[in-house]
Amino acid sequence: MYSEKVVELFMNPKNVGRIEDADGVGTVGNPVCGDVMKIYLKIENGRIVDVKFETFGCAAAIATSSMVTEMVKGKTLEEALKVSNKDVAQALGGLPPHKLHCSLLAEEGIRAAIEDYLSKSKANETGVDNKKESEVAV
Amino acid sequence: MNRSVYLDHSATTPVDRRVLAAMTPYFSQDFGNPNSLHAWGRKAREAVDEARNKVAGLINADPAEIIFTGGGSEADNLAIKGVVFALKEKGRHIITSATEHHAVLYTCEWLGKEGFEVSVLPVDGEGFVKIDELERAIRPDTVLVTIHFANNEIGTVQPIEEIGALCRARGVLFHTDAVQAAGHIPIDTKTLPIDLMTMAAHKMYGPKGVGALYVRKGVKIEPLIHGGGQERGLRSGTENTAGMVGFGEAAALAMERLKKGEVDNERRLRDRLIDGVLERIDDVLLTGHRTKRLPFHASFCFRYIEGESLLLRLDALGIGASSGSACTSGSLEPSHVLLAIGLPHEIAHGSLRLSLGKDTSDEDIDYTLENLPKVVESLRAMSPYGKKEVVRHV
Repeated sequence: MYSEKVVELFMNPKNVGRIEDADGVGTVGNPVCGDVMKIYLKIENGRIVDVKFETFGCAAAIATSSMVTEMVKGKTLEEALKVSNKDVAQALGGLPPHKLHCSLLAEEGIRAAIEDYLSKSKANETGVDNKKESEVAV
Repeated sequence: MNRSVYLDHSATTPVDRRVLAAMTPYFSQDFGNPNSLHAWGRKAREAVDEARNKVAGLINADPAEIIFTGGGSEADNLAIKGVVFALKEKGRHIITSATEHHAVLYTCEWLGKEGFEVSVLPVDGEGFVKIDELERAIRPDTVLVTIHFANNEIGTVQPIEEIGALCRARGVLFHTDAVQAAGHIPIDTKTLPIDLMTMAAHKMYGPKGVGALYVRKGVKIEPLIHGGGQERGLRSGTENTAGMVGFGEAAALAMERLKKGEVDNERRLRDRLIDGVLERIDDVLLTGHRTKRLPFHASFCFRYIEGESLLLRLDALGIGASSGSACTSGSLEPSHVLLAIGLPHEIAHGSLRLSLGKDTSDEDIDYTLENLPKVVESLRAMSPYGKKEVVRHV
């Protein structure tokens, strides 16, 4: 059902955890649907220097989280935004059809975290306080 | 060191070696068609008759009340469609429950599109059908009540005697899907008010692809498969001799286990497992009733994590389990059973079923209790939910 790569990353995912002083945080998905991905970014000079994730979901969701965080690490924001769900699925050696939405979640997670960073930096420029993202509890 | 611990006996059981040995001659050696008059045929006929006696014996039925089928789903279909087609002049209303197996639920749903009316009874938080609700649902045109004996996902055993007695008092036929219960809970059709009952060989250490429908004497049903008139005209098709023999042997062995009280040991191990899980892991709930459940069945929901991840991590450690999460069903919805007992989606996604077998040992339970908490902990460390403290790096 799953490719070797998916199984490998599901069993030993990379970049698991939080970044407490993250510059951008993106949460996508819905616990009701069984998949939630939370991406933390550390950004310096327009480049992603560190990235971590927390994921509630199936093996595919965990493996895609691991893969997408590896793929965007070290990239500029522009480059990171170009990483598509297809790129993630391909890098994983493919996903079963009903799991493709996991790779979409990965793409959206990175985008949401970058957008969070951009809106915060914009707010900083205009002197508006950053709003800390509220925690969702299940 | 990894053990190999199969805890998915609700899905299927291994064929007992004695069952396999009983079946083997009927493939190449005694291969005759039971409907043939010659020696080869007679030998096969004897085997089929003997198998029918043994299956009947398990539930204290008359052999003529046993119809062999190609499995549990077919027996469910035969019972439900068979009854409503036979009684369609009398009425067109069927009653079932929300936690039935899909073989029952989808059959009723299909009949709903074919001009029959279906009432689906809700269940309470532990999965029980409420007798007063059943009482209110029965109408003058109700021809069949179909409610399972025990649930495969949460293990809840229904108050079958009360349900059956009510149906009988109201003159309505009662079918029960006993696929999970038969061979594991003593069932006596002479004392239990059941009119039709589904069983499957492969849930009691028999082969897959063979089941049986108990049809109480005097209950008329229409066949679904027409042809050579086998199984008293109710299930045509040349008999699956080896399969039936296997079912017969499995039923005889199950009866022996029930008599010897071997089920008590399974129940003891189940309780060790349930108590151990509830003791060692936080934010977990037992689904179904604590005691009124299948003797081999334990089921849980673990908060903050998802069932498929859980079962694949357990699989990697050699533990075979199952889950009712959306990801394991291949749909976006978690199991209808977990939703029917009122669990929110996000909790239902974290479901895990551990179903023990006759060969499950204390060591198997030790191994599971040692590893399951670790797996839950490692997945929770990855989850954005339920953190008691900040996890910096895992």
